[in-house]
Amino acid sequence: MTNEEIRDQLQQAIKGERVMLFMKGTPDEPRCGFSARVISMLDVMGTEYSALDILPDPRIRQELSELSGWPTIPQLFVNGELVGGCDIVTEMFETGELADTLGVPQPELEQAPAAQAPGQSPPLQIG
Amino acid sequence: MPSIDEVKERIETALPGSRADVSDLTGGGDHLRAEVTYDGFAGLSRIQQHKLVYDVFGDEIGGPIHALSLKTSTPDGDHR
Repeated sequence: MTNEEIRDQLQQAIKGERVMLFMKGTPDEPRCGFSARVISMLDVMGTEYSALDILPDPRIRQELSELSGWPTIPQLFVNGELVGGCDIVTEMFETGELADTLGVPQPELEQAPAAQAPGQSPPLQIG
Repeated sequence: MPSIDEVKERIETALPGSRADVSDLTGGGDHLRAEVTYDGFAGLSRIQQHKLVYDVFGDEIGGPIHALSLKTSTPDGDHR
């Protein structure tokens, strides 16, 4: 597969899937804690999403980062637009913006306190 | 692999007037977290704010710096 073909397939995935996650590993077997965390949040949201494993070919990540201008994995796209990586998705999860972006009702969760001491970000309480 | 102090200095140099608090998440030196406060983030989306910081390091992200976790804000605490 040429780099152009990889790029075309990535663009199709971004444009064609309403919620598209590029990750390391698969939703059932994430290969990185950051990818696993985003999967957990999407699962809590109860939204349907597609996921693509970037690990099988290093060119996938190169082409993706060139397309998005974003250097790290995971990358979450909604309606063809980059929402962010693990940090931004986590912040949006905590503020309720993620539900808005995904177009789903905010699940009933124990919300993280609005004002956290720096560096005291607790792990997500999920499940 | 840049040290915590180098990462802090490079962010604060590249974004004049910013303040970066950098910590090592795992103790291994390659999973870093930076909390960056910068006037210039005002009016930018989170994506744009994070990109400004990532751009300081270019290809080093994903290479020598395996992961750089970010939290960005403006001095008045505005996130957006």
